[in-house]
Amino acid sequence: MYDKLKNLDRRWIFLLMFLSVAIPIIIIGITGQSFPEKPTDLAYSTFNAIEDLKPGDKVLLSFDFDPASEGELGPMATAFTYHCAANELNMYFMALWPVGPQMIDNAIENVIKKDFPDLVYGEDYVNLGFKSGGEGVIKVIVTDFLELFSTDAKGTPFNDIPMNKEISSVQDMDLVINISAGSAGTKEWVQYAVTPYPDEITLVAGCTGVQAPLLYPYIPEQLPGLLGAIKGAAEYEKLVFDKYYRDEGKVVPGRYQEGVRRMGPQLVAHLLMILLIIAGNFIYFVEKKRGVQ
Amino acid sequence: MRKLILITIALVIFTLPAFGQEEELPIVVTASDHNWDGGDKIDLKWELPQDIGENVATFKIYRSNTTDEINAIIKDKKSKAVKDAKEAVTKRLIENAEKEGVSKDDKGLLQRIRDERKSVADNASQDITDREGDIRAESEFKFLTVAGKNETTFTVEKLEGDIAYSFKILALDKDGNILLSGITDKSISPVAQSFDGSRFFLGIITLILCFSVVWFIQMARRGKPLKVRKIAGLEAVDEAVGRATEMGRSILFVPGIQDMNEIQTIAGLTVLSRVARTAANYDATLEVPTSRSLVMSAARETVQASYLSAGRPDAFNQDLIYYVTDEQFGYVAHLSGRMVREKPAACFYMGAFFAESLILAETGNSIGAIQVAGTAMPAQLPFFVAACDYTLIGEEFFAASAYLSGEPEQLGSLKGQDVGKVIVGVVMIIGITVATIGAITGSEAMMNMLQFIKSTVLG
Amino acid sequence: MKRTVPLLITAFGGFVLIIAYFIPATQGWGETVAIWFDVLASIAFILGGANLLKIHLKKMSDRQSGWGFSAVTVSAFLITLTVGLAKVGVHPSLNFPDYTWSGSYREMGSPFWWLYEYAFKPLTATMFAMLAFYVASAAFRAFRAKNIEAILLLGTAFIILLGRTFAGVFLTSWLPDSLSGLRIENLTVTIMQVFNTAGNRAIMIGIALGIASTSLKVLLGVDRSYLGGGED
Repeated sequence: MYDKLKNLDRRWIFLLMFLSVAIPIIIIGITGQSFPEKPTDLAYSTFNAIEDLKPGDKVLLSFDFDPASEGELGPMATAFTYHCAANELNMYFMALWPVGPQMIDNAIENVIKKDFPDLVYGEDYVNLGFKSGGEGVIKVIVTDFLELFSTDAKGTPFNDIPMNKEISSVQDMDLVINISAGSAGTKEWVQYAVTPYPDEITLVAGCTGVQAPLLYPYIPEQLPGLLGAIKGAAEYEKLVFDKYYRDEGKVVPGRYQEGVRRMGPQLVAHLLMILLIIAGNFIYFVEKKRGVQ
Repeated sequence: MRKLILITIALVIFTLPAFGQEEELPIVVTASDHNWDGGDKIDLKWELPQDIGENVATFKIYRSNTTDEINAIIKDKKSKAVKDAKEAVTKRLIENAEKEGVSKDDKGLLQRIRDERKSVADNASQDITDREGDIRAESEFKFLTVAGKNETTFTVEKLEGDIAYSFKILALDKDGNILLSGITDKSISPVAQSFDGSRFFLGIITLILCFSVVWFIQMARRGKPLKVRKIAGLEAVDEAVGRATEMGRSILFVPGIQDMNEIQTIAGLTVLSRVARTAANYDATLEVPTSRSLVMSAARETVQASYLSAGRPDAFNQDLIYYVTDEQFGYVAHLSGRMVREKPAACFYMGAFFAESLILAETGNSIGAIQVAGTAMPAQLPFFVAACDYTLIGEEFFAASAYLSGEPEQLGSLKGQDVGKVIVGVVMIIGITVATIGAITGSEAMMNMLQFIKSTVLG
Repeated sequence: MKRTVPLLITAFGGFVLIIAYFIPATQGWGETVAIWFDVLASIAFILGGANLLKIHLKKMSDRQSGWGFSAVTVSAFLITLTVGLAKVGVHPSLNFPDYTWSGSYREMGSPFWWLYEYAFKPLTATMFAMLAFYVASAAFRAFRAKNIEAILLLGTAFIILLGRTFAGVFLTSWLPDSLSGLRIENLTVTIMQVFNTAGNRAIMIGIALGIASTSLKVLLGVDRSYLGGGED
């Protein structure tokens, strides 16, 4: 056993990891069942931050992620968009990453156009597109949108869009939602938007698992709500779609269960990791013992 | 007698409304210059008369338009009026022509359209000119924003320094009816301060830190010995390069995926210069794929100068320092492929990294390379620590250049940096003590002191 | 002279921007300079792109080992550049129907969109997904309980790994409310919010001081290695 483990080709580990992710996905896909989720306080804070808004309130959604992190952040983006649309909030989409606009397009196509076809572009939601400059963009738009976003993503002048007439800067937003995979992201929004204007700007965010530990120092004063990794996404999905589907006896569509579904592979993969750590330490202690003898 | 009664009745009738009505008090609005700004902000404060506040739902805040702004409004109105008039007359004439069966290309029609458009344009423009006085009066104030019923202050921004502004506040009920209004007594111009006082303590701390670094550099220049603890990762640089030379394989140096505006990249290049000089001395091949074009240029200069200073300018090959792609995962895919095919004996990862750190480190581990990593990205440090042979954590990475050079001046700067840590430690101890005592005893003095430390000293 | 002028530019620019930070009227200079840098970096891309083509074309012409990969790189680069810049297959915008190139380069169904959706997106997602495999192999190889600190680290790792899944909830849901703080999911939150935050703050403070010191060395010209070499 010791010899087998000591000389184990790492490709066996890769295969185990592949199976630990693939098999749960297949089972969940066939059965439609996934593990129950128990939302934490941070998920509730994030949910309530949007739930407490009134119809017609303005929300800025900044999609600062790319396809690489879509696995973790895509379900969050979908759930945030659905929640805002269901609460009849005015949604302003923007991106600080070059491929962020594609993420916005996905959210609009998969959520707004499918489930909220009555929403009118320019009156209920607008896509302002991508602007380069990272934190420099944030520093400018906290006082003046028009200086950088002179048009929306389609080239329509900013002031020609009806819902833009009510806003001049980020401070006019009732809530800012940031979905972030790195830099520029939540940390920059906290540093350059919330910290200078703590009373005017409220921020909630979703981020990758690796980033979450760096953002905990900002909770709760500068960041009242944070969804960390796919776990946070799953908890938030549960809250949103319990309210708008399950509590009304409706079946939640598959595209709104991606976060919850991905917790199945996460559970098995984490158990595999624990097993591998134990196996590695078994080798270590046997080696140590043999070395002592 | 009858006259006296009539006079008395008349007096009562005419003065009764005055007794029945309360005098309407305006909102008291005061404006003052905002402190520590560049001359573009004014602070507003307003006070409601007593017993009125309950009915107020919101406040609307206005500022006076400048002369240029009013002129621009008039000009816009004129343009719009002319445009609308021209469009209306064109549409009417074309509709009439269609009814009469006249072609749109008819020259007579086109001439009529041109003439009438000119006429209505002139009329529309004149109309606006005639109403200019009224428009100026309407445009005296510009709406800024809405404030909540409990708010009594607001900072107006984006003002011009040499213009005097007045401000108006309207108090509205929940239906949007105006209850009260108030205008500032006199106009005020924002004044620019030459120093931002809110950053005073930050300035002091910056000066102390800079002074301490310079002081210790000077002490080092005078020959004072400075002790720096051993950093295992940096001790291993020579070993790694020597190993690569023995095995006849190359050295791979990755300066991170950020651009030259990131201090970690500069720190990485300073380490590169030392590694390049060692590689030149050992006659080892050094490959530096970069993720940014500017970093490629800077890395080439750095490596070339290192080879020159090592007396091996002929060994320098600029094609080994090349640009790959800005895209994070495209870059790491190239590096992984390169590592698996070329199997470098030593890999250095020095700079800013994100998610690709573990991919690089594990690939390097799989090919049996000796790996030395250094980064100041806290999220990536665990991956490097787990997978690399040596890791420079945070400030060890920034100390690398000083450590490798061994120059007293650079070692002196490390000492100066430690003064900063002492300052941080002292402020933390004071803050924790004050916060703890304040929380236990509820002392207002302690809480005020804590607030002062948090909002003023620490900004 | 070759190094003196850049040193002077660095020192002058750096100290002016530091002082500008404390003067209200000039506090925006830093952002302006950041925009200048973006412009420079964009122009520098031409240099990088040209270098990329040169290196790979040379490899292909010399038939060096791995030249096939270079052929793929050059083809992908040129195709994406052409398709994107020329807006191949993109319909004009409805707002400006008379202008052929007025449409969005990301229009759904266009070749550029197709390249993004079916080439770029799966490839980047794949590279990111590889992290899962590498984390597993790193865990097996490197996470050894060699000393007390390592044991503490492993214990914490187990709590976090379980706490971030349903397993954590399942294993300790039987604990009474008075001991709810010991439930794995709550322990996870405590570890993240207290211990992890403290450790991160300490590292961040050290890093910030290191950045300040390195920046000062660069501005004062004490450390000139980034310009090339150490001595004149």
